[in-house]
Amino acid sequence: MMMTRRLTVVTVFALLLGLLGVDLANSAPLDPFQAPPALALGSGLAGAGAHCAALPTAD
Amino acid sequence: MTSAAAIAPAQSSTLTRTGLILGALVAILALSATAGVRYGLLLAVGLGFGLILEGFRFGFAGPWRAMILRREPAGLIAQLLSIALVALVAIPLITNNGTELIGAHAPVGYAMIGGAFVFGACMQIVLGCGSGTLVNAGSGNPVSALALPFFAIGSFAGAYHLLWWTNLGTAPVVVLSGTSGLVLTLAGLAAVAGLALYLAAPGARSLPRRLWIAAGLLAALALANLVVAGQPWGVVYGLGLWAAKGATALGMDISGSAFWTLPTNQARIAESLLTDVTSLTNIGIIGGAFIIAAWRSGLSARLPQLPLRAWIGTIIAGFLLGYSSRLAFGCNVGAFFSGISTGSLHGWVWFVAAFAGAFQGIRIRKALGLDG
Repeated sequence: MMMTRRLTVVTVFALLLGLLGVDLANSAPLDPFQAPPALALGSGLAGAGAHCAALPTAD
Repeated sequence: MTSAAAIAPAQSSTLTRTGLILGALVAILALSATAGVRYGLLLAVGLGFGLILEGFRFGFAGPWRAMILRREPAGLIAQLLSIALVALVAIPLITNNGTELIGAHAPVGYAMIGGAFVFGACMQIVLGCGSGTLVNAGSGNPVSALALPFFAIGSFAGAYHLLWWTNLGTAPVVVLSGTSGLVLTLAGLAAVAGLALYLAAPGARSLPRRLWIAAGLLAALALANLVVAGQPWGVVYGLGLWAAKGATALGMDISGSAFWTLPTNQARIAESLLTDVTSLTNIGIIGGAFIIAAWRSGLSARLPQLPLRAWIGTIIAGFLLGYSSRLAFGCNVGAFFSGISTGSLHGWVWFVAAFAGAFQGIRIRKALGLDG
């Protein structure tokens, strides 16, 4: 594994799993019963707007 | 991007391939069951992005380099084709469902243009863009794997300072909507494709079959992203959120940021990444690229021997990729692909500025010794 791409992949996934571990320990618990409908289209709900093109407005 | 030094790898076994498919399906089903069906679907969409981008070698930085250095327009035209296919459906859909679906609509401004220019330069330095960095990290490229965490930190920092930058001068948001907006968008894409074909080297004007297929599949997945999430495909927001999560977990006070204290962003920090649209598709892209690399036994390729200045340059370029893409309201995905395909003028301005930056980035890459 040493000095091949396998080493890089193991490192990337270890960091990703670490991030998700910290995230789950510090976030609101997952709740599938409070989840939004499967599709946004036709749901009648407004889009969340958490996108890189969203411009923050100063309040 | 497999090293030439690699010994021809053996084919992966049937057991390995079955395990890869089962692993992906279990992850999708487990997320659907524990978080909600929408999130499972978004992970599936992200995995699809990764499978297509790596499987068909569909990229953004590489094709721009090929166009600039060798006048080979195929990859660029495939990008334009995919954007046009998305626009054909997305612009009418958003025009008629403006509450449920939002486009990648952002204003043009000084910082936005400068950010796109810097992003275009940096994507040539590391030969990876927003999606490309994720794909390459997932397939074991060490340059992208090193750039990725600094990309996330840069995205967090750029968002932190975003309002200061936009206050330097920002025009109102301009959206090309309805039938006229769609016609203008398609005409613009056709004009760019025509120019690229006009400038092409002799014999370089045809599009390989794999790029036709990839452009179509990528467009279908981008539309699925829009219909499921209510917003277009993006990358950078999720990466910034990963760093924001880490920063707050370490006790950093982010109350001084106009961006991160917005209710939308506070909610995202409070909720799990497994319920964030761009985080899920980003994770999926890494996973999808890994599946293809493992399927092809591409993980046995040896890591490149690069000079120290190349690794330092990668760290700086990774940070700048993240920071500049926040100022530019997106990267090659959020601004170029999704901006143009949902009718935002800023997507067009981003393309011009980033392409200009790519010329500089190619020179810097060579000076850093990253060309090998």
